[in-house]
Amino acid sequence: MPEEERAQFTIRSVQVLSEDESVDEELVPSLSDEQLLELYEQMKRSRRLDERAVSLQRRGELGTYAPAIGQEAAQIGSAFAMAEDDWIVPSFREQPALLTRGTPPHRILQYALGMEEGAEIPGGEGALPPAIPVGSQPLHAVGVGWGEALQGRSNVAVTYFGDGATSEGDVYEALNIAGVYDAQTVFVCQNNRYAISTRLEKQTDAETLAQKAIAAGIEGIQVDGNDVLGVYRVVQDAIESARNGNPVMVEALTYRRSMHTTSDDPSVYRESEEETEWEARDPIVRFQVYLENRGLLDEETKATIDDRVESEIAEAIDLAKEGREEIDPADMFRHVYAEMPPELERQYEAFGGEVDG
Amino acid sequence: MGERLRMIEAVRETLREELERDDGVVVYGEDVARAGGVFRATEGLADDYPDRVFDAPVAEAGIVGVGVGLAATGMRPVPEIQFQSFLYQGFHQLAQHVARIRSRTRGTISCPMTIRMPYGGGIHALELHSESFEAGFAHIPGLQVVFPSSPAETKGLLTSAIRSPDPVVFMEPTRLYRSFREEVPDDHEIPLGEARVAEAGDDVTVIAWGSMLRETLDAVEEIDASVEVVDPRTLYPLDTETITDSVKKTGRCVVVHEAPQTGGMAGEITSRVNEEAFLYLEAPVERVTGYDVPVPLFAREDAYVPDADRIETGIRNALEFS
Repeated sequence: MPEEERAQFTIRSVQVLSEDESVDEELVPSLSDEQLLELYEQMKRSRRLDERAVSLQRRGELGTYAPAIGQEAAQIGSAFAMAEDDWIVPSFREQPALLTRGTPPHRILQYALGMEEGAEIPGGEGALPPAIPVGSQPLHAVGVGWGEALQGRSNVAVTYFGDGATSEGDVYEALNIAGVYDAQTVFVCQNNRYAISTRLEKQTDAETLAQKAIAAGIEGIQVDGNDVLGVYRVVQDAIESARNGNPVMVEALTYRRSMHTTSDDPSVYRESEEETEWEARDPIVRFQVYLENRGLLDEETKATIDDRVESEIAEAIDLAKEGREEIDPADMFRHVYAEMPPELERQYEAFGGEVDG
Repeated sequence: MGERLRMIEAVRETLREELERDDGVVVYGEDVARAGGVFRATEGLADDYPDRVFDAPVAEAGIVGVGVGLAATGMRPVPEIQFQSFLYQGFHQLAQHVARIRSRTRGTISCPMTIRMPYGGGIHALELHSESFEAGFAHIPGLQVVFPSSPAETKGLLTSAIRSPDPVVFMEPTRLYRSFREEVPDDHEIPLGEARVAEAGDDVTVIAWGSMLRETLDAVEEIDASVEVVDPRTLYPLDTETITDSVKKTGRCVVVHEAPQTGGMAGEITSRVNEEAFLYLEAPVERVTGYDVPVPLFAREDAYVPDADRIETGIRNALEFS
């Protein structure tokens, strides 16, 4: 058999709002003025939560925290495209997406205060808790998307992970299994260019991360992750596709403007010129100019939103701290098994807990 | 009255009944659907339940990990890992997520998954097809570790495992799969966490599970003493009371397992006997176990796995100590 070419692929890359503030009007998603302002306010809320959390950590009031500053468009644009009963399967940096999905900010702070209460899923549906290992959670999203399909429901699971996670075997297994089982799953890879200190060039020799989906037989697409309208558009399409049993991987090109976590010092591995360059591409600034140009945002509206966000976050901090005052250490014994096994009962009693009966 | 079945048939019939009983049960794993599993444990199930019995890509982390998501949507995953050692490729999912999802969400999400896997030596298999890593599983809070030792026990324990609200590691002794038949009752359910006195006696207590229970019962026949044999059936939760009650009665104790000695379950059981029955002991607790070496290839396998002779020697040591 002569040599022949068996497979070819291309990766599409989408941008609606460009860095020079020009807009591709044909690609602008149909969102009402209220929805556009909601996207903006959510980005502001998330940014402020992260800023306050980092300063609380610096004052010794909070544990390790992973800010998502710079990634608001990637997360909020994608989470905004989900229907109410779709599932979110997050990593540990998904404050923006979780806020968009209705998680109250005090829960995010509780988790950072070291309390499992923050990972409790109200109602037990629609979300999995933050996943701390890198890249393990996309498999859970495949299980969710497959389970929904097996039960004849159309809900999808949207899972989030970073560029570093694509080096983990689990992410490839997830993409591959999703394809085989037609799982109703969307993979949102936020390529923020660094896995702690390891830059993208040292993470992979692949031209794009989206093409990793191609090897699994599912669609991969890139989007400018600092363009909230572009992310919304691309993820909305991906969700529609996933609802029909065709999983999609979206690579959102973005930049982590802050540290990996509060334990990390990016100045060790990042040039300040690069940071300045990305500061100019900030997703909130870009969207703000767009809204101003459309006449939706004036100084007064901005001030109102800022005030509202500021007082909400302040309340959330108080609420989280109040919760910390009330924690019962014996609680750690209570949720390991549906029914406490005898060996655990003995340890619980020795700890000072009271076993029923 | 039930049928006389082999262990492998008991697995299959239990899976069939649970698929029938509960629409949430989903059976999947490498080669389980079309081929019916490499040991044929799932043979024919895909014909009857094509929408809930699936072949899986060769991806153990994936097989374990998707179970977390399936469970979150309300299903009851019953995956098969082809051989226990391949679970190591999914161990992180088991330890990081399956076992912890209940406590991490304070009970709002749980993982009622039963991971079935053949374990242990005695079938002349390849390298990494004969391990018994039960102590590792029992060491992870949130898991239950279950060992059937006969066809009827398989039915009763697997039924309870699948119905359990928490994850179960279900370790099937490969060499018992086809070794003997036994009457298996219908509607058989054995609660997890309850040990069984397989043979009553007064002079010494021997604790053994899975394939080692069979070896122990053979060894006991050669001993001119009254031996009590206890099968814990589950290693987590462990029925400490049945074990220590027996030791209080006999005053002597032997623990038998296939797994390497260091860090093995015999150490944990010895500690519990010390805590609860120390003053009743007339001899140190004796251990008959595998060695601290990788399970050898099959030319040397018989030297590794405790057999009736080694168990007999262990029992005699305990009986003769004074």
